[in-house]
Amino acid sequence: MALTVDAEHTVPARRRGAPASHDGHRGAPAAHGGHHGPTSFWSTYVFSTDHKVIGLQYMFTGMVMALIGGFMAYAFRMQLAFPDQPVPGFGLVTPNVYNSLVTNHGAIMIFWVAMPMLIAGFGNFLIPLMIGCDDMVFPRLNRLSYQLFFVSAIVLLASFVVPGGGFGGAWTSYPPLSSSGTFNHTPWGAPLWLAAVAIEFIAFLLGGINFITTAMNARAPGMRMWDIPMVVWMIVIASILFMASAGPLIAGAIMLLLDQVAGTHFFTPAAGGDPLLWQHLFWFFGHPEVYVVLLPAMGIVAEVITVHARKKLFAYKTILYTTAGTAAFSFVVWAHHQFVAGIDPRMANLFTITTLLISIPIGEMLFCYIATLWGGSIEFKTSMLFGVAFLAEFLLGGVTGIFLGASAVDVYLHDTYFVVAHFHYTFVPIAIIAVFAGIYHWYPKMFGRLMDETLGKIHFWGTIIGFNTIFLPLFVTGAAGDHRRIYSYQHFQQLATDGLQSLRVVATVGMLIMLLAQTAFIVNFVRSLVRGAPAAANPWRANTLEWAAPSPPPHGNFAEMPTVYRGPYEYSVPGRTEDYWPQNVPA
Amino acid sequence: MATSVPLATTRAATGIPTARLAMWWVIASEIVIFGGLLATYVMLRLHHDHWAEEASHTSTLAGGFNTFVLLTSSLFAVLAHQAAERGRGVRAARFLWYTIGGGATFMLVKAFEYTNEISHGYTMFRDVFWSYYYTATGLHGLHVLAGMVCMAIVAAGARRGENLHRVELVGIYWHFVDMVWIFLFPLLYIAK
Repeated sequence: MALTVDAEHTVPARRRGAPASHDGHRGAPAAHGGHHGPTSFWSTYVFSTDHKVIGLQYMFTGMVMALIGGFMAYAFRMQLAFPDQPVPGFGLVTPNVYNSLVTNHGAIMIFWVAMPMLIAGFGNFLIPLMIGCDDMVFPRLNRLSYQLFFVSAIVLLASFVVPGGGFGGAWTSYPPLSSSGTFNHTPWGAPLWLAAVAIEFIAFLLGGINFITTAMNARAPGMRMWDIPMVVWMIVIASILFMASAGPLIAGAIMLLLDQVAGTHFFTPAAGGDPLLWQHLFWFFGHPEVYVVLLPAMGIVAEVITVHARKKLFAYKTILYTTAGTAAFSFVVWAHHQFVAGIDPRMANLFTITTLLISIPIGEMLFCYIATLWGGSIEFKTSMLFGVAFLAEFLLGGVTGIFLGASAVDVYLHDTYFVVAHFHYTFVPIAIIAVFAGIYHWYPKMFGRLMDETLGKIHFWGTIIGFNTIFLPLFVTGAAGDHRRIYSYQHFQQLATDGLQSLRVVATVGMLIMLLAQTAFIVNFVRSLVRGAPAAANPWRANTLEWAAPSPPPHGNFAEMPTVYRGPYEYSVPGRTEDYWPQNVPA
Repeated sequence: MATSVPLATTRAATGIPTARLAMWWVIASEIVIFGGLLATYVMLRLHHDHWAEEASHTSTLAGGFNTFVLLTSSLFAVLAHQAAERGRGVRAARFLWYTIGGGATFMLVKAFEYTNEISHGYTMFRDVFWSYYYTATGLHGLHVLAGMVCMAIVAAGARRGENLHRVELVGIYWHFVDMVWIFLFPLLYIAK
């Protein structure tokens, strides 16, 4: 042991030319010499090991993928509202194209938008800044993680142009539909899709290990467990959750890939395989995955609402324990996705109980957030609007989940648009609304300029009105019997009524409103880069350490490495003239 | 492309060196991957009454020999760690090469097994048992190969007296690969 500790301390000291021994003592910031920034364009923006650049790379890639995924939604929603007419800007949506569009819309929005934005993007940008150090503990591993992620995105996009087109077996990829080209009509698209998902998983496992070890080991002197900002906790817990749940799906993906390209029969019942096995492996990952993306979103919202309500986060430790408990509990709810798959009814009962139970801690967390807002001096900046909207919209998603968690109701509603509306009321608040809250909140830190509030509010209302116009009607069509994997309801007499069709048109109009509102964001984002008002280091008068660094932070982040003296949410402390009390300011 | 090590890498708020901490998280992520495979074993085996009949064609002798070889190689990994702790890089490198030798022997025996089985018609398409057998042992074999490559790199450094703490890390990984085999051997070679 002695040797290991020795090596850890002598090697960096030799390389940095600065004594490492200062670090670790409260009140004695380490000297920070020898850590120079890169110089050329390529090494600064493309092959950088700087956590901020990598975080932004993840974010920009995620935004581009979000546009692609959104365009797919545009194409298939137009087909559903106006069946068999060429979609402007896309063309005719045939059944095969429809399948490919919905499959990849789902996969892109979860794996290439929610994951890179929430975990990798914000995680990379925020963790080192918020815990007060200069970079991730493994900067080159971090760069490799982004590069693998980029390759996975390319592989996925490439699957659209191979013979047969992109994979069309739904994002859950159930065999035997997914295991053979004769069933899914996408013999090339299917393995490419699976390979893209697998590569992406490796990227996030590498990134996750980096996040966890960084938060565990590289915290600023004085930062105790309870001084860590909630968003860092949430991203770390989400990373652990991802790491613990992704393994079985990786094993499953290997077997499914062998089924697809080599000719084994792990999942083909006709040859002795077991299709239910895939469903178990997939949802053992798939349900914790919901919390993998939910937790960082909750963390972002925690930071946003405390800053803009000038209130201490209500019940910090309770939220933290609840989060850890929810994360552990999320491993025993997966089979609620399989109530109609022929599982044992006794097992269905068990999973109904666990599923209904897990809504209790999530409800508790929402109450803690609402209690944080209670009596605060709320300032409705755009980020705060998005933050509060997250709480309201996610609540709807959570409440409709209670219906679906009860196996008796689920048997009727399974695979209808009720389910689609339900999970969009969870995922859109997570991956869109909370992400926007985060972007509007940290944009000044990322780029050193403020975003335009008027354009921001136009964007907010367009997004929220559009989003609800899409999915509220779909609860109704779903309850009326609209099955989710049908490309045209005109072939089904009972579903081809004017009443239902008009609701589908309303949903499509909502989608157009929501997409259109994003132009306000893009204009705002690009214009503010050039013409936005320069941001001070701490424009929101916030407490956490990232605001102690200049905007934007240079390579190495802090001019003087911060030391932490208190928790992250000391707002409106009685007896102080300032209504905030940064973590790094001595008492 | 910073050449200097960031301050973050040198901190150890938990008291555990970052590299060792990360190694344990790698192992954790690997455990769930193989955990998925073991769950698959249970589900497939429960639904196949002819599983035992197919499994009876694996060679317990070859598997047993390989178990012995792999466990012995782990002993050398421990001796390499001990040498590294005492700062004796050359000795650590030599033990690491013994470990690599164990891994190579394991792979060689596995290759003979595969050849024998395939030539007798027990290919991975014959039955779901064989699909599982080749997937599980194949994935384990890839981990053995990866471990051998990593150890060669670590041994090259250790010989020059550099990065001696890595000897322990690669040893942790090698023990994990061992542990996986300890699960696979009885499941595939003994439980017939």
